[in-house]
Amino acid sequence: MPLQYKKNPADVVFLTTTAIAAFSVIIFIIGIFYILVYESSPAIGRFGLKFLTSTEWNPVKESFGALTNIYGTILTTVLSLLIAIPVAIGIAIFVTEISPNFLKAPIGAAIELLAAIPSIIYGMWGLFTLSPIMSKYVEPFLKEITAGIPFVNILFKGTPMGIDILTASVILSIMIIPFTASIARDSFNLTPSIVKESAYAIGATRWEVVKNIVIPFSKLGVFGGIVLSLGRAIGETMAVAFVLGNNHRITTSLLDAAATITVTLANEFAEADNDIYLSSLFYLALVLFVMSFITLAIAKIFLIKAERKYSR
Amino acid sequence: MKTILKLTVITALLLSFTYVNAAETLNGAGATFPYPVYSAWAYDYSKIAGVQLNYQSIGSGGGVKQISARTVDFGASDAPLETAALLKDKLLQFPAVIGGVVPVVNIENIKTGQLKLDSDTLCKIFLGDIKYWDDAQIVKMNNGIKLSHSDITVVYRSDGSGTTAIFTDYLNATCPAWKEKVGSGKAVQFPVGIGGKGNEGVANYVQRTANSIGYVEFAYAKQNKLNHTQLKNAAGNFIEPSFESFEDAAATGDFDPKKDFYLWLTNAPGKDSWPIAGATFILLAKEKADTNKKVVKFFDWAFKNGDNKAKELVYVPLPALLKDKVRAYWKEKGIY
Repeated sequence: MPLQYKKNPADVVFLTTTAIAAFSVIIFIIGIFYILVYESSPAIGRFGLKFLTSTEWNPVKESFGALTNIYGTILTTVLSLLIAIPVAIGIAIFVTEISPNFLKAPIGAAIELLAAIPSIIYGMWGLFTLSPIMSKYVEPFLKEITAGIPFVNILFKGTPMGIDILTASVILSIMIIPFTASIARDSFNLTPSIVKESAYAIGATRWEVVKNIVIPFSKLGVFGGIVLSLGRAIGETMAVAFVLGNNHRITTSLLDAAATITVTLANEFAEADNDIYLSSLFYLALVLFVMSFITLAIAKIFLIKAERKYSR
Repeated sequence: MKTILKLTVITALLLSFTYVNAAETLNGAGATFPYPVYSAWAYDYSKIAGVQLNYQSIGSGGGVKQISARTVDFGASDAPLETAALLKDKLLQFPAVIGGVVPVVNIENIKTGQLKLDSDTLCKIFLGDIKYWDDAQIVKMNNGIKLSHSDITVVYRSDGSGTTAIFTDYLNATCPAWKEKVGSGKAVQFPVGIGGKGNEGVANYVQRTANSIGYVEFAYAKQNKLNHTQLKNAAGNFIEPSFESFEDAAATGDFDPKKDFYLWLTNAPGKDSWPIAGATFILLAKEKADTNKKVVKFFDWAFKNGDNKAKELVYVPLPALLKDKVRAYWKEKGIY
């Protein structure tokens, strides 16, 4: 017979408040999903799934398609992750394994500050400071060194104007570095020092310790940090809006302007005055919602699989 | 705990004071373009009349939506509504102030006002049919100016805006190819070019990109000393954008009270008219006579006392005749 005890009233209050807090998240998500579907139903009825494959975005002719936006969103997200992940892991390795103690605190604080800067400030900084640098120095340089290489040179065709996918991705990557970096740092710190010390004791170099012990040990945590960055990169709006050029076309060059879902929403929501236009914007938001859901779900599956492998 | 209590009491007191002060408040929402002049007028008006104006610049589309839903006392829109649309939502409409759009360029060795364009070349440039600055059509119009064989970069507004609506309405009205391929509206699918966010985005892109052309509000071009072009107007004269040429456009434009002043002020017939002008409009809910009277009182005050302030901020006040027409319209609707 189980042990009988009187429930402490404080415990009950604690239990219910935390349960309400936890369930409210689910209710919010369902509520948002419902509103998105409800508001976009005219557009869903009119364009159906063709919305996802159509490249037309023409408010005058009331003909809308999401493909250019989806393309821009995926491209900037992937590019920014490609830039950000190595840098973030580099930062984390430096802070945990290499830097002298007196440097750890200031660098850590600087990373967290980077995360605290509002995105609109990144946007303005990108427009006025970064994009001239990109157009004057970085992009012509990239054009020059890739000029002779087939296929790669397609990526850098066109006039370098600094208002393009590349610049937007660079800004995005700066914005997401702190997420990956600080989580990677925390998980690196969790590596038991006894294991590291044993490795050093048998004569491993610093690089070997990082490569063979610290990184494998904290793979999961780092991956979690990357997923968090991914979520931020998909949804980032203002920073990108200023430097992407909002161009509803599919381009192969990274030096061309493009559009992302969030930027289109931010730019066009206030002035969308006919119903199908507004509804299409909601449809676009729904697409983004589903996209983020799918990417996060895939990431979660990977995490679970990795966890199983690891615990074996 | 005590400090928190104290803070709460103080905040509550402060809030109650602001509540008393805010007793007489007019709520408006809409177009971003006239926001600076409305808020400047409101500041002066509150000092003499004690009426606060709370204007949210959320965009013309938002302004129409808010007044249709009756959540504000007045809406504001850069794009006029046709009588049918006004009847449907039971709205009144009148113009408040005039603005305009000017093409701005960044071409080496070309000073402001030096380059001459007409509607056809402007249209072809924005369609991407004219690709180089030394195109025969441009050169023909600009005798004596050296234009190099360089690519034209077109810059447009990426966000939905009344500026784009006025600009594309002008191209629509003057250029059949534009009407057929693109059309007019607050956001359109531009065939070529890159999009900047807001007037500042377009201005920045044009200033930075050699051999570019874009369009911004007159006030913005003037304040930022951007290089504007001349344009050929409906009467066939080349015109520089100025207070006078905008006023001339407003004076010769046919604002008809019977149509609730519905008019796109593009391609006005006057011989000194700047061809791409536009009025920004105020929308009122028909049934709210009492608040309408207060709103009208404010604009009446602004019409009488606000012209200098408007000019300071590079807006063009309504011509006296049009103001009288608006007052007659108010009287007819029983709100003046």
